[in-house]
Formats: sequence, C-alpha cells, structure tokens
Amino acid sequence: MGSWFQRPTPEFIKITAPQTREVRDRIPKDLWHKCPNCGAIITRKDFKANLSVCPACGRHERISAMDRIQQLVDEGSFKENNASLRATDPLNFVDKRKYSESLEAARKKTGLNDSLVSGTAHIGGVEVSLGVMDFAFMGGSMGSVLGEKVTRAMELSIERRIPCITVTSTGGARMQEGILSLMQMAKTSILCAELEQAGIPFISILADPSTAGVMASFASLGDVIIAEPGAYVGFAGKRVIEQTINKVLPADFQTSEFQREHGFVDMVVERARLRKTLIVLLRQLMAMPPIPLEEEEGSDSQVVVGKA
Amino acid sequence: MAKKNASTSTATSSLSAFERYQLASHKDRPRTLDFIKALFTEFLELSGDRTFRDDPALISGTARFHDKPCVVMGQEMGKEAKDRRLRNFGMMHPEGYRKAIRIMNLANRFKMPVFILIDTKGAYPGQEAEERGQAEAIARNIRDMYKLKVPVIVTIIGAGASGGALGIGLGDRVLMLENSWYNVISPEGCAAILWNDREKTATAAEALRLTAEEVFKLGVIDEIVAEPNGGAHLDPEATYKKFDAALVKHLKELEALAPDDLVKGRFAKYRKMGVFEE
Ligand SMILES: [Zn+2]
Repeated sequence: MGSWFQRPTPEFIKITAPQTREVRDRIPKDLWHKCPNCGAIITRKDFKANLSVCPACGRHERISAMDRIQQLVDEGSFKENNASLRATDPLNFVDKRKYSESLEAARKKTGLNDSLVSGTAHIGGVEVSLGVMDFAFMGGSMGSVLGEKVTRAMELSIERRIPCITVTSTGGARMQEGILSLMQMAKTSILCAELEQAGIPFISILADPSTAGVMASFASLGDVIIAEPGAYVGFAGKRVIEQTINKVLPADFQTSEFQREHGFVDMVVERARLRKTLIVLLRQLMAMPPIPLEEEEGSDSQVVVGKA
Repeated sequence: MAKKNASTSTATSSLSAFERYQLASHKDRPRTLDFIKALFTEFLELSGDRTFRDDPALISGTARFHDKPCVVMGQEMGKEAKDRRLRNFGMMHPEGYRKAIRIMNLANRFKMPVFILIDTKGAYPGQEAEERGQAEAIARNIRDMYKLKVPVIVTIIGAGASGGALGIGLGDRVLMLENSWYNVISPEGCAAILWNDREKTATAAEALRLTAEEVFKLGVIDEIVAEPNGGAHLDPEATYKKFDAALVKHLKELEALAPDDLVKGRFAKYRKMGVFEE
C-alpha cells in the first residue's frame, strides 16, 4: 500500500495530528482514529474531512452508505426511495441465532432497514439513480431486499433515462436467504441487460470489499467499473483459494489494482477524486457539455491516466 | 414425487435434506455424460472458449433431442479418480463459462433449443480462475443467457451450488431431479462460515432448504423430476424415462412461444424472485 497515494499531505493534518503520547492521552479515545495499516493517528473530525482516508498511508477506510452518498452527490440533492423494504425470514433460518434476530441487530446498529440505500440525486448536475451498499449491515450481504432495490434503481434509470450508479461493499450473497439470495444475482443481471438494451449508462463502483455473488452479477456488469484503491475485489475468498491450492497468495492478490491489471476494472480512483471522475464521465456518457470543476488538485485533473 | 414402495427400505420421499444431499453425490449416480448418452443422439462435443483453452469441467456440444437439432451442455464431475481430476470435479474455470456462452450463442444463431445439466459444487476457487475473471465470466453469462431467443431448459441433476451453477443456470424452465440440491452455497461452505465448523454440514443442509421440494416451494423451479425409490442410481433407466418426458413437455410448451415472448417470460420469471415486505 501507499504507492498510489502521491498527493501532498493536507496541511491541516500536520497541524492537528498530535506528536506525543501525552497529548493523545489527554483526549478521549473515541475522538481519535488510528490507522490499522500504518498506525497514524488523526482526529475523527479531520479523518472524516479527509473522506475517511488515512492522510499518512492512503488507506481507504470503509464508510457508511450515507457518508458515501454525501461525498458523491450535489449537496442536498439526494432523495431516498424504497427505504421501507424489509427482509422477512422465508427460510426460518437459524445458525448461531435466528436470522430475524440478526436482522434486528443490524437495523439497530446501522439505522437502516437493509444493506443498501437507494435514491435519486444529482452529480455535477446530472440526475442519477443511485444504490449504495453499507457493509455494516450484515457484511453488506445481498438478500431479497437488496436485489429488489437494485432492480428498482435500474428500472427507474430506464424509465427516466438517467444513468445508474451502484457502490458495492459486500461479502456476497446472504446465506440466510438460501436459494432466494442466489436468485438476486439473476434478477439484477437481467436488469443490466435491460439497461444495456435501453442505452442507459451503468457505472459500477467497487469499494472494499466487493466479492462473491455481488461481483458475479451486477457489480461486474458496469459499462464502466471504477474501484477504490486497495479494495479487496474478487469472486472466491482468498483463504478458500489458499486452502484449495495449498499455497500462500501474494498480498496484492484480488486488490483493485490487481483487477485493473488483469482487465476487470477500468480505473482505480482515489476517494478524493471519485466525485470529479464521475462528473466528467457522466457528462461524457450523457452527451452533456463539460462544466468547470472546483479545483483542489494540480493540472493532472484534465487527464486521468491509471498508474502502472 | 416418488410413491412410497413398501418393498423398498429407503423410500426417498421420507429422506432428510442431508440424506438427499448425500444421495446427490452417490458414486453410482448418473452424471452429465450418462444423461447425454441416454437422452440425446448424435452428440458432437464442441470445445474451447476461443480465447484461452478448453475447460473439461463442462461438456458441451450439438446433438439431437427426439430428432430435433439442439445444444446440450453440463458440468461433468467424473467417475473414476483420474477422470474426476481431469474434470476438476465439475468445478469450472472462467474459460468454461465463456465456452458455455459461446455455444449457447451458436444455438441462438441456428435456432436450436438449449438443454443445460447442472452438477457442480461451485465455480473453481483457484488463483488462475481469479486472474482470468471468474466473477466477470459468471456475471456476463447470466446477463447474456437472458438475451437468448431460443428455449433454454435447465435441470439440476445432482449438486447445484452458488454462482458456479447459476453461471450456466438461467433458463425459461428450471427443473430439479428429486434428489438433487440447489443453493447459494454448499452446506460445507455454509457450515464453515456461519458455524465455523465443517462438522455442522448436516445442520446447514437442513437450514439452507436446498432440496428440490423446498426450492420448488420458494418458487425458484418449475418442476421436480421424480427418481426411483432410493435414488436415480438404483434404476437409471427409469430416471431417464421420467426426465425425458419432462423435457419433451417443457420443450413443446416453449416452442409454441415467439422468440421475444421467451425473453419476456424470462423477465417475468426472474423479476419476481425474492421475498420481502414493504
Ligand atoms: Zn495509514
């Protein structure tokens, strides 16, 4: 990690990051974020202002669906839809506890009804239909509700002729819904064919992690696929593969960068540039004139070239 | 489903999910090649994805079904140890999925119905499979099978697990042999993840509701093809006969539909999959 993070460290980090243990210890723990990758410490407020990206090593932390939406869309433009959809327990599934109890706990923890928030918004003035996953809700797993919401998001795109964007962060299908969760792969992939047929752009954004049943369906079917740096992206779990082939896999196996090199991701885009990249791309795909982008970066914003 | 037969000690209708799961892996159970030989004539195996290699885990080709030209394909688990290794135990690589869709598109161009036999514990979880895009290959197949303008009849004949099955599994009709199973994950995999204990495979098999009867109740399949008491391996001929009759019936219904109506029917079928409240 680290090579893809080449921007200078933001000034405010240097000012506010404490240098000594004594300074840190005087402040309550929950006000600080410690990077699990490099150990850098930063106030939660500054961390959030840096889009939950470690300013020292560039690690992109997982973020909630609502934070993601706030980072991507034109301020105040998001209108949530289908929020009332709720999972039932069609299998009466019990593992270590009942599925219905797991659902209740996840709802309480996240304030969401399921693992995806959908709605419409504007991004750089382009109206889009948006579906954003939240890993905190049962590992972002795909059950009937997620499948239905992605399907409706895509149907809305076709109806209004507006692009569709999904942001995935998921361990895959929700086992507690058995065969019904598998069928969500079919349902969502069919809508991708319909989007294609209707000539509506579909942009798939892969955040950490994007794996298994979600990757083997709609997330891999974007007209353009964008991944966040360092995200875990693949089909089978790394540990399962290691056990199967009895071999230790390299650290960069199944990362965004690996997937781009192997031809399955168009570009790896840092969170700080994601919104701008989307604005440029959406306006190109929708044959809209370019708009001046608020500048935070150097001249390279005109041409985005993937790093080798 | 199979009638109870007093003279048979193991009437299949009373089997548990785990017992059926075990029957599906019985070493003598008819597998894809057996079904192809029994139900089809003039089978010509077609190989390769035209990009990388031929995947022996999937057998595919043109054939005739009751004299009508068709395409038939399926995962082959293999029988003898050497054959099983060659077939990679019916676990496909991305090039297998790409071969499958290539030959389905061939069927589409020459207006041949497609028969698909599913028998896999999943797509192969290997290093090269990931490097060559296992997820993309499966996703693309699901999407592109939806667009086919010829009848597609899918049957789960033994094991049917996860995207590895669905990657060749989207159809106008989906059938299951009575002792096959179909789910999002194998019970072993589920036990390892949700219970952290592979010994819980039997428990997971029950919880996942993976039997033909349960999957039918959930609205995912169209018909259960009965097997002889005790399982298909005890009387393969009887199994072939019932299976053949089911395929004839469904093909006849589908052949009556216009190509665009096939696609519309597929949309309606999969659009309603799932259970939730609003
Ligand atoms: Zn860091």
